[in-house]
Amino acid sequence: MDVQTLTYIVVGITFALYIGIAIKSRAGSTKEFYVAGGGVPPVLNGMATAADWMSAASFISLAGIVSFVGYDGSVYIMGWTGGYVLLALLMVPYLRKFGKFTVPDFIGDRYYSQSARTVAVVCAIFISFTYIAGQMRGVGVVFSRFLEVDVDTGVYIGMCVVFFYAVLGGMKGITYTQVAQYCVMIFAFMVPAVFLSIMMTGHIFPQLGFGAELLDATGNSSGVYLLDKLDGLSTELGFAQYTQGSKDMIDVLFITGALMFGTAGLPHVIVRFFTVPKVKDARSSAGWTLLFIAIMYTTIPALASFSRVNMIQSINGPESQGVPHAEAPIWIENWEKTGLIKWDDKNNDGKMFYSNTETNEMNVDRDIIVLATPEMANLPAWVIALMAAGGLAAALSTSAGLLLVISTSVSHDLLKKNLMPNISDKKELMYARIASAAGIIMAGYFGINPPGFVAAVVAIAFGLAASSLFPAITMGIFSRKMNKEGAIAGMLAGLLFTTVYIVYFKFINPAGNVSENWLFGISPEGIGMLGMVVNFAVAILVCKMTAPTPQAVVDMVESIRFPKGAGEAQEH
Amino acid sequence: MSFENEEKAKGYWDENLKLVLKLLAIWAFVSFGCGVLLVDILNEFSFMGFKLGFWFAQQGSIYVFLLLIFVYVKGSNALDKKYGVDE
Repeated sequence: MDVQTLTYIVVGITFALYIGIAIKSRAGSTKEFYVAGGGVPPVLNGMATAADWMSAASFISLAGIVSFVGYDGSVYIMGWTGGYVLLALLMVPYLRKFGKFTVPDFIGDRYYSQSARTVAVVCAIFISFTYIAGQMRGVGVVFSRFLEVDVDTGVYIGMCVVFFYAVLGGMKGITYTQVAQYCVMIFAFMVPAVFLSIMMTGHIFPQLGFGAELLDATGNSSGVYLLDKLDGLSTELGFAQYTQGSKDMIDVLFITGALMFGTAGLPHVIVRFFTVPKVKDARSSAGWTLLFIAIMYTTIPALASFSRVNMIQSINGPESQGVPHAEAPIWIENWEKTGLIKWDDKNNDGKMFYSNTETNEMNVDRDIIVLATPEMANLPAWVIALMAAGGLAAALSTSAGLLLVISTSVSHDLLKKNLMPNISDKKELMYARIASAAGIIMAGYFGINPPGFVAAVVAIAFGLAASSLFPAITMGIFSRKMNKEGAIAGMLAGLLFTTVYIVYFKFINPAGNVSENWLFGISPEGIGMLGMVVNFAVAILVCKMTAPTPQAVVDMVESIRFPKGAGEAQEH
Repeated sequence: MSFENEEKAKGYWDENLKLVLKLLAIWAFVSFGCGVLLVDILNEFSFMGFKLGFWFAQQGSIYVFLLLIFVYVKGSNALDKKYGVDE
């Protein structure tokens, strides 16, 4: 059977599975729609959260990025895992005890203010939309590359599937499909990584192969460590040393921080911890989530280094003399057809050569690194089919989680809590479904007509989460005194500072986006962390000058600080 | 109020804060410290075939993060029991 037929079969089976699960776990009430009834076991919630969190970008692009930038890629590895420590220690147990449905719920109640709620709603919707546009595009790309339908058709198919389980099932449907999607995704990612590790180093665990000695052509240890080899190749070919990187230390520090604090402020992640039965479960669920993420995130840098060495040696040959194009491995030929690998024989010797100097003849797109691993490791066609299903699982699970935040923000935070407080549970559920459907249509629109600024706005999403939601939530828990004036002023200051900085360097003056012009040498990607500091400072200052928090709110803060009684709060 | 008295409530919260701060200090040390600020110094040392600083940045920090969360889970559950505020 050829790759394409196999891909249709594998993708078809996984889609049928997702839809089947969705039909079995339809939501009947708003509580089921928003938080799956609050009865998800912590381990399963961890798995679902991991799938929710790991997007098409994590699955398809991240290893490729790390592969090309080496140490500099650590900002994503640490940034997108370290945030879970903050979530577990500073936020989720208390938010679970608070026991309502959304992040704006908490901010609105804690700061006894509709304006605070509105600021939070706007942030939540903006962050989620930014994200989802990229996901739908990811769905389209996977479809077009593996199934040879055009990108638009791919997006339509993806929209239909997500529509099915997000609109019908709500959080309940999403949770159980995400569990299935996690399994598909992690299996698809690990199989080629493990085989590549065995092929290159003889280790089953990529995490160990990463630090091991390379095998030579006969399968014996060559006595050269993989990373030493990689450093050697990098310097020889004019790249920065793989284990050193080229970014300024201060910038690495701030980007890592912005991603960590941003992760801890992302509404679609936080809201997942409202679905477990107890405070205790919320704590351990954060641990399980990180465990499931760590399986992939510790493999990513290993895979990045394996494929880097493999790619350079496939192109340049063992002696760095270049390999004749006629003898190139089959994967190079396959990806040349897609235009993602280009060869330009500048010196007309018929050989390929890859370097960072004028001798370079290759143009290799970062995004192929993960998708080409099955071919690099000479794995059979079904593994390639599995990769397609894995990429789709990653994109669909994240889109569904984001859609839920958008629909909840509209039906619950905007309509029920603001504009029409008297609507019935049934009506609210209907509005949630309508909002969800509208969200899918808009996401699909962005998937088909991708705005050129998607990559740039992702920096804004994390920056906003770090500089607005994270400080407001943590101060709401850890300070009894923080009042609404302080919180609102802080959120607005953080938001404004971060947005202005990013918009200036990304849109108004992109030519000036170089380290000499940056404030303290911090790039727009890392400015969210400084924005967070601004938020805290302004909030504390304003709080000192304004009226104290009402006693009822102080009592509420006291009551969310210990677990006893979380079940009762849920039933309200 | 689920605590027997004000003092107990304060004691619980103080112990909780102490636990959280201790763990966050380690969190910051391995990520911002070992993974970024001290990376050049640590890279002088070799660890399982890695330069140590690079290992922290791309592997070690994640393992420590995981450990921190599970230590917190254990610690805070024990604290709940001690003060009788567990579910």
